[in-house]
Amino acid sequence: MSLTILNALVAVVAAIAFAALNAAYLVWAERRGAGRIQRRPGPNVNGPLGLLQPPCDGVKLMAKQLMIPGGADKALFMVAPVLAMAPAIMSFVTIPFSDTIVAHSMNIGVLMIFAFASLGGMAILFAGWGSRNKYGVMASVRAVSQNISYEVPMLITVITVVMMTGTMDLKGLVAAQAGGFWNWNLMPSLSSPLMPVSFLIFFICALAETNRAPFDLGEAESELVAGFHTEYGSMGFGLFFMGEYANIVIGASLITILFLGGWDCPLGLFPGVWWFLFKIYVLIFSFIWIRWTFPRTTIYGLLNLSWKILIPISLFNLLLTAGLLKVF
Amino acid sequence: MGAYFSEIFLGLKSLVIGLIITFKEFFKPVVTVPYPYKTIKMSEKYRGHIELIEDEEGNPKCISCGACQRACPSGCISLASKSVEYEAMVKGEMKTKKKKVLTKYDLNFTTCSLCGQCVENCNFGAVTFSKDYNLASDRKEDFHFDLLKRLKERNS
Repeated sequence: MSLTILNALVAVVAAIAFAALNAAYLVWAERRGAGRIQRRPGPNVNGPLGLLQPPCDGVKLMAKQLMIPGGADKALFMVAPVLAMAPAIMSFVTIPFSDTIVAHSMNIGVLMIFAFASLGGMAILFAGWGSRNKYGVMASVRAVSQNISYEVPMLITVITVVMMTGTMDLKGLVAAQAGGFWNWNLMPSLSSPLMPVSFLIFFICALAETNRAPFDLGEAESELVAGFHTEYGSMGFGLFFMGEYANIVIGASLITILFLGGWDCPLGLFPGVWWFLFKIYVLIFSFIWIRWTFPRTTIYGLLNLSWKILIPISLFNLLLTAGLLKVF
Repeated sequence: MGAYFSEIFLGLKSLVIGLIITFKEFFKPVVTVPYPYKTIKMSEKYRGHIELIEDEEGNPKCISCGACQRACPSGCISLASKSVEYEAMVKGEMKTKKKKVLTKYDLNFTTCSLCGQCVENCNFGAVTFSKDYNLASDRKEDFHFDLLKRLKERNS
């Protein structure tokens, strides 16, 4: 009994360490990537290739004073950054990196991750409301309406995938796609010919759910100062930042598990954790690539995209898949 | 309905084109210079503050005529000279002649507007623009240049 508790503890700590390490070094990767795309080197002064930049940033943020603005709601103000980071780390616990590497396997893993992902919207709402700042409130209103609108097509797409595989267990989802890239959910199949479209919808929604550019309306610097974290300094801001990057890793992991066959090799050879990591880092690179390519959308463009294009198409796909699953 | 789908496809197409452009840029070499560690060479036409030109012996070409001083609209050049006698062969016999030698050539760069009138008015090609641009300081005195001293430092 005590051994299993110890095992679980080690696994959870490892999951947290993985999340924190990724969050820290994705900031570095993002800045280097942005630099390359803009034909400049990016951070390259601290350490080889600028690899010591994240610890330096961390020390800088921790050395700063945490300021709480005058009329702020102290409890909400303090709880918001933690709420941004904690669910992101919690979701890592159930993500399987390979057949054996998983902190805690659950038969409703998909459901749990989406439940925790919804808490991210709460964090933004608390941050904007609690800091009593008009820009913060406006940004939270935007971010929450965005999160709600993009959760709908995202979940409809997930329902399509779950209907096809018949399981909500993340391991089971990967097992159903094993044996080469032609078995992955990404590929169109007889029962669901529109699967690549589903993948695209899920990808767009993942970008929007993690508040990434071009959907980062919650922190539109041009009109809202810094958005919901206007009043946050020091590690409060740091936690929001790390939470964003941890969410990116979760988004990439989910796309990998749901559509790209998890740790399965494209040609059916040597499946293992390295394929999973390779896939998520390719996806993360594409997130960074997209961020530094497209300008920010407007709030109307954002909501129109969701309600007029993504939701109808994903609903149509759901109905089509449901019908064809009965036929074949 | 057709317009709805064509709009989506055209939008997606334009997004893909944008992504391809940034992907190509990603692998091109960087165009910036890490400034404090490396500096770029200024172009031939760059006009910094003025600088004296030396002759073959390393002395200033300037004959102290003062044309630059008179031409300067901001009055930021001040020069001084002294007469020296020297022996020279003129039509086969040694004669003692006099010439002016520059003893001071100060540029007050704080009021200089870099118009270049001094360079244009010099008939002896003795003044030119330097290529210096790292000229930041919190002291005004740092911009009173002793060009004669700079010439000597350059030669040594």
